[in-house]
Amino acid sequence: MTATETATASGRRLEWQVAEVSEIVIETPHVKSLFLHVTGWQGHLPGQHVDIRLTAEDGYQAQRSYSIASAPEDELLTLTVERVMGGEVSPYLVDELRAGDRFQLRGPVGGYFVWTVATRGPLYLIAGGSGIAPLMAMLRHRERRKAPVPTELLYSSRSLEDVIYPEELDAMAQHDRNLHIAYTLTRKQPEGWVGRRGRIDKAMLIEAPFPPPSKPNIFVCGPTPFVEHVSNLLVELGHDALAIKTERFGPTGA
Amino acid sequence: MNDKAPISRGFGSGRRAQTPKDRVPPGQYVTTDFPVLSAGPTPQIKVEDWTFALQRGGSLIGKWSWAEFEALPQTTIKTDIHCVTKWSKLDTVWRGVTFDDLLKAAGVGEPAAPYIMAHCDGGYTTNLPIADLIGAKGMIATRYDDLPILPVHGGPARLLVPHLYFWKSAKWVRRLRIMEHDERGFWERMGYHNYGDPWKEQRYDGD
Repeated sequence: MTATETATASGRRLEWQVAEVSEIVIETPHVKSLFLHVTGWQGHLPGQHVDIRLTAEDGYQAQRSYSIASAPEDELLTLTVERVMGGEVSPYLVDELRAGDRFQLRGPVGGYFVWTVATRGPLYLIAGGSGIAPLMAMLRHRERRKAPVPTELLYSSRSLEDVIYPEELDAMAQHDRNLHIAYTLTRKQPEGWVGRRGRIDKAMLIEAPFPPPSKPNIFVCGPTPFVEHVSNLLVELGHDALAIKTERFGPTGA
Repeated sequence: MNDKAPISRGFGSGRRAQTPKDRVPPGQYVTTDFPVLSAGPTPQIKVEDWTFALQRGGSLIGKWSWAEFEALPQTTIKTDIHCVTKWSKLDTVWRGVTFDDLLKAAGVGEPAAPYIMAHCDGGYTTNLPIADLIGAKGMIATRYDDLPILPVHGGPARLLVPHLYFWKSAKWVRRLRIMEHDERGFWERMGYHNYGDPWKEQRYDGD
């Protein structure tokens, strides 16, 4: 885990920095990507996140964590944010924030849910909804470095319009025979849909090109019930629990 | 370095009802939900296969089966919990065996060494000063809200040290090791604060 060591070597305090919104991209009806310029950004590893802090006019502040979706090689730091109904911070970021706005940010944070091209073994990514964001940082990093690491992305979304980064993902897979992407749509499939249907199940995981003996590095990210379901299935199928790294978000559903 | 906070126009309209500042540490928000944050799959452990061990250095000074552990004095506490990922949950109710009672059951008067490492199923570890466990400050909890703790929340047993950020309240705890010298646990080696006092906002190294 050399990546981990790089991530944590410092011991210096992570100071609050000012991020300026350079561009906002609408990804889906509920999701936007914020492209941020952060002066003096110290860099990050794919999979890490940042803390952001918003300050209201009366001085009220709120903090939240968001995964970084951009590669370390990219010029701007990208956060991909889904609007959580009734949320305090995400509706502001998705609906109110404009290019040129500024807010505070500190990071990068987290050294476990991290992958770099230096990591040995195939890469097996499983995303549910906006859980694609930190996995996209890994895929973008892999692409920028032209790394021939055998990689599978299994990506579950509610419907086709909820798929984030579809063009970029397809373009990546098209010119890279070491990258395979499988989509599944759980609620609504368009006519003529040739991808998978329904929630990720054992059969879909068995179809993936990396059985347990191939010792893939597995990253699962999505809502808590999704991650619980998928990671339990992976363990049942014989994958080493220590090779499965998870990031859960949202309510438990329990 | 710029500590001046830019104002976010229009932010704050969706803010939650203000909770008294003496209940919620800086940078936290209150949730009624119970979020799950774990670095890997949830271990599924049957209580029949569960044991709990207390070690001093390399030597075992106490070991309990589930039934034996259940027969130890049980304590119920109501407390607020604070996760480093910013959520706090108020008035949570836990039951289990306090660290004081565990020491007593092992026939240990004074712990004799100042640090603890908690070892868990799934390879997770976390370190803390023993002073933060004694005097009813820490327990091994086996019930949440009067029910067995769900596996996603650390069942069958988790450490509970509610005055520190909740990553210190290690899920699926199986062994406590009393140490002469401090060592860093899982998140503490990954840039998180070695102590983790939420009231001082000790989230990351150097905070």
